[in-house]
Amino acid sequence: MAAHRCSFSAVLFALWGLSLLTVARGQEATLEGNDRTAVVDNPESVAGAAEQAAGQPAAEDRRWEATAVEEVSPTEAGGGSDSPAPKPAASPPSVPRPKDDFQEELVIRPLHSGDIYTSFQFRTLWETDFTRENKVSHYRLFPKSLGQVISKFSVRELHISFTQGYWRTMQWGQPYLPSPPGAELWVWFQDSLTDVDGTWKELTNVLSGIFCASLNFIDSTNTVQPSASFKPLGIGNVTDHRFLRYATLPREIVCTENLTPWKKLLPCGSKAGLAVLLKSEKLFHSSFHSQAVHIRPVCKDDQCKTTSWELRQTLNVVFDLHNSGQGKNEWSLFKMFSRTLTEACPVASSSKIYIDITDNSQGEQFELSPATPLLSQAVVLGDRRTFSVYDLTQQITFGTMRSLNLLIRGKSSQGDMLRPLLHAERYVAGYGLQTGEIHTLMYNNHPYRSFPVLLLDSVPWYLRLYIHTLTVTSKGKDNKPSYIHYQPSKDRVRPHLLEMLVQLPPNSVTEVTLQFERALLKWTEYTPDPNHGFYVGSSVISSLVPSIVAMDTNNSRERPLFSSFFPSKEESSYFVRVYTEPLLVNLPTPDFSMPYNVICLTCTVVAVGYGSLYNLLTRSFQIEEPSPGLAKRIANIIRKMRGVPPL
Amino acid sequence: MATTEVERRRGQLAALSIAAVVIIVGVPLWWRTTETYRAWLPVSQIKELAKLQLHLSADVEVVFARGTVTPEQQKKVPLTQTQNMEHRVDEDTALSYRYETRYRTATIMEEDALNQPTAAEADLSLHTLSESPSGSLVVYVIPESSSLLPQNVDVYIGQRRTALLRIGSQMRVGKTLEQLLAHMEPRIKQVLHVMSFSHTDITAALSNRVRISPGNKESIADSMRAFKSSPGYEITFSLLNPDPKSHRLHWDIEGAVETYIQPLLTKLSPVANFSIDSQTLYYAMLGVNPRFDSSRSTYTLNADSLAHVINPVEARLGSNAASSNPVLNFLLYIPDAHHSPLYIHDHKKQQVPTNAFHSPRWGGIMIIRQCWVYNVNEFYEVDTVFPVDINIDMAKVMGVFLAQLRLLLGVQSSTPPPGFLVAPCGNAGLADWELDRLMWSRSVENIATATTTITSLAQLLDQIGNIVINDNIAQQVSSAVTSLQLAVSELEAGNLGFALQYSKEAILSSERAFFDPSLLHLLYFPDDQKFAIYIPLFLPMCVPILLSLLKIVSEARQKHREKKPKKD
Repeated sequence: MAAHRCSFSAVLFALWGLSLLTVARGQEATLEGNDRTAVVDNPESVAGAAEQAAGQPAAEDRRWEATAVEEVSPTEAGGGSDSPAPKPAASPPSVPRPKDDFQEELVIRPLHSGDIYTSFQFRTLWETDFTRENKVSHYRLFPKSLGQVISKFSVRELHISFTQGYWRTMQWGQPYLPSPPGAELWVWFQDSLTDVDGTWKELTNVLSGIFCASLNFIDSTNTVQPSASFKPLGIGNVTDHRFLRYATLPREIVCTENLTPWKKLLPCGSKAGLAVLLKSEKLFHSSFHSQAVHIRPVCKDDQCKTTSWELRQTLNVVFDLHNSGQGKNEWSLFKMFSRTLTEACPVASSSKIYIDITDNSQGEQFELSPATPLLSQAVVLGDRRTFSVYDLTQQITFGTMRSLNLLIRGKSSQGDMLRPLLHAERYVAGYGLQTGEIHTLMYNNHPYRSFPVLLLDSVPWYLRLYIHTLTVTSKGKDNKPSYIHYQPSKDRVRPHLLEMLVQLPPNSVTEVTLQFERALLKWTEYTPDPNHGFYVGSSVISSLVPSIVAMDTNNSRERPLFSSFFPSKEESSYFVRVYTEPLLVNLPTPDFSMPYNVICLTCTVVAVGYGSLYNLLTRSFQIEEPSPGLAKRIANIIRKMRGVPPL
Repeated sequence: MATTEVERRRGQLAALSIAAVVIIVGVPLWWRTTETYRAWLPVSQIKELAKLQLHLSADVEVVFARGTVTPEQQKKVPLTQTQNMEHRVDEDTALSYRYETRYRTATIMEEDALNQPTAAEADLSLHTLSESPSGSLVVYVIPESSSLLPQNVDVYIGQRRTALLRIGSQMRVGKTLEQLLAHMEPRIKQVLHVMSFSHTDITAALSNRVRISPGNKESIADSMRAFKSSPGYEITFSLLNPDPKSHRLHWDIEGAVETYIQPLLTKLSPVANFSIDSQTLYYAMLGVNPRFDSSRSTYTLNADSLAHVINPVEARLGSNAASSNPVLNFLLYIPDAHHSPLYIHDHKKQQVPTNAFHSPRWGGIMIIRQCWVYNVNEFYEVDTVFPVDINIDMAKVMGVFLAQLRLLLGVQSSTPPPGFLVAPCGNAGLADWELDRLMWSRSVENIATATTTITSLAQLLDQIGNIVINDNIAQQVSSAVTSLQLAVSELEAGNLGFALQYSKEAILSSERAFFDPSLLHLLYFPDDQKFAIYIPLFLPMCVPILLSLLKIVSEARQKHREKKPKKD
């Protein structure tokens, strides 16, 4: 009852806010009217500009000076040879078709745990060629800073993600865009580049400045060149992994200072469109937050003769049902983001909200308001999903209130989630501070299909892996990997890289174990809080997973019979990348006052030894008469006092 | 007795040899192992550079056209004169200017060129005859009867490095050449002052090195406006659209840059490298709310409030990710529909005709006027469908930005003395002699900056002994010193282009040495901690040695004293 009243008052509040808005709009309208009259009354003239400017007195405050255009203005001085200067009265030239395009999109998926998953995607496409000789320098929608990075560092593909929290695959299913906890950066460089390592170092420093992150801690000790796991996602057929660099910083903590520069890359900033929802106080009050930037070349059209550059900015958030209080299964845009939507970004060609209603076809799970007639179907991660679509470029979406506040009221939280077909976990076993064992468990939940997965492990050099202890077992039997790429580490230079292609039998758990020894670091190599432990980045498992659509062979209700005998190619399997948890490993940590203690102790020992040696060498020894006993000495003192000669 | 004496001697010898080992082996070993690595620096040459003696010399050629000198006078030419001027700026810096003037008569080709109908054509054909190297000047003396110049004009300054000087009527015949030259001298001096380096420019360029006594406000403002010399500049044009809902803007920035900006930058390429970017920023607001002027029904920005305009925009502009050169920002602001027309008012409450202003060492901002967009008529019709397409007339915009760019790059535009006619600069927007002036002051500025950097680095390294000096830093310092010496000598020889080149190299390597991160790895061991570590080792070792040495000395002295009375 109380909750009901609460929602009622919220609606009232929203109404009041809207009425304020409409009043404000009315005022704006009157101002516009004023403007129009102004234009009519005061036609402007430019003539006589230079004379006035020249006569301008020296201003008191010279920091801000009005510019005086002298007679050197090239339009007059150029002799009219090459100044095109069309007359203002001339008819407006045809507006060129913009070569860039911006789209924004928000997907909301209610999760079975009662949490809610929201995924923003902003895509900027630009028909240009950064690799051209004369460098591209005129930016409209594409952010200038990233464009300069691409052309200066000969980047072909760049993927960077910042994540706070761990994606719980078993509870939440697969994310649309997976990312490991902390920061992840992988870059494909142009194959014309010669000094890849130097460029990579500079690039990480520049990116760390752009995104206010500690990417400058990426150096050769945490960079690897995976041979198979990270293939280019854009067009281009160079797959020589010399031009690939991959690094993770599992320790990186993501917060507002990373979100602000990310938002600044959007053409509308956070002023209009879906980006108004991105308020950091709400976004970071969630159980999972991941923001990413992906840049890649894509085909411009079907023929694929020319390329465009695609910048995809994504932001995924999982809002926690219990964290947000009240424990009531009711979500709205206002409750999640403390904002509602009033308009699309004006420069966006498409601006849409999708709500996943696949499990809710009859409205048994949740209720959606306002309702929308638009529906869309797509195969996402091997599963055919149905979405309600809200098109923000249509005025009708916002209704009479001129504001869109989507409300999802959950009815029942039961309903079984399909177990994700592939998931993985990892832990460190062993005791003591000398050796240990890394266990990686990979689950294949498919009932009858086995499929291969690529496992990538990048382990820092201070865990010395014993590669001969590598075992891969599934269902109690040894499972021999069909491909192993192992690059041993070099102390303080490069990490271990282990890549394996393992076949996962159906409905099984495959365990990969590997023993390691913990190295002793130099005392300057410890982090400021060494007792916290050292992070080891997530394992990456990439795989083509047989899809659920292809799995239901008996279920051919929706499809005609002739189409369902052979599994169709594009729907038969889908690409999944799963990240495991990062590991936190304790290393033998010294007491850090030790160096001083050691110095003092050794000095004292040396001094004592030296002192006795010195005495032995320099002193002359002679036999001395034994000293008289105590009684005799006292007696002598008494005798002395009495004036009697001593004994 | 004898055995104890032998024993004592042995002890003394042992103590002495231990002390000797400690002093001969231990102390140098300790010294070498705790030493910081410091590569050799050319300290004496740096000290020489601290006392800067700059000689600037320019070649001037004075060519007499037919009819300006009599045959007797003509016999005495060619001859050469040298003028020297010394200036002492402060106790460490001295300047000397030298003009080497050569007099000769015009060749036949030059006579033909001077017979062109207008001065501009004569200038052009003289230029095609011979190209004078940068830094030098040619003054053609033409007779009074020449029709090249208008009546009230005595001197014409061309687009290149030539000037035409009309000789006065009273100096016709019967005077000696010396008298003629003496008569011409003040005029030639004026020409030099306009076309070549002037003392004020050069002292302003030295401002990094010499604290100039505050002159009048005007000159300070002038000297503060231009960017500091740098090997490169990034020019960024930003189109600010605060209201993308109602305005859809189109600007042909690529074409405009190609047409208006690129020629100037090509001309300036010896001075610095330039890179040009442009971007469009949506929802970028000015920091101040314009005031509504009901009498004119316009919106106005006062000159006082302009200082607050930039800050909120600056956050959106973004710095250059690809280089660390200074950025020149040029912003074009389209006021939103509710705040237009928007005009800038100066301190006298007058509209600024260009509707633009610039901020020293930052860039320029221009607010567009409605008449500078093409479809002004449909701007705000009653039934306008938003967004409105607006095409911006780049010619007007770039005219203003070009003027601002010239100012910010330090191209001086001093007003010529009366009787002078300055040719309008051509397509490049910059005359050759203007470029020369800029190169003179930039070379001097670079030399001044590089010497200051190098001397302060040497001073710093001298004062703080804990800084490690790596080999690469030493190498940078030496190359900076070499380039500086070369630049100074080239300046003295009058090779302006080489001087600027070397001064740029000097500034680059001196900055690289000064900002090298390895200098920051300061080996800092506080004295108290050092002693805390040394005392446990050194005290127990040194005290016995010292004590036994003292004992040996005192015994020796006693023996000496005992011997003396025995002799007596």
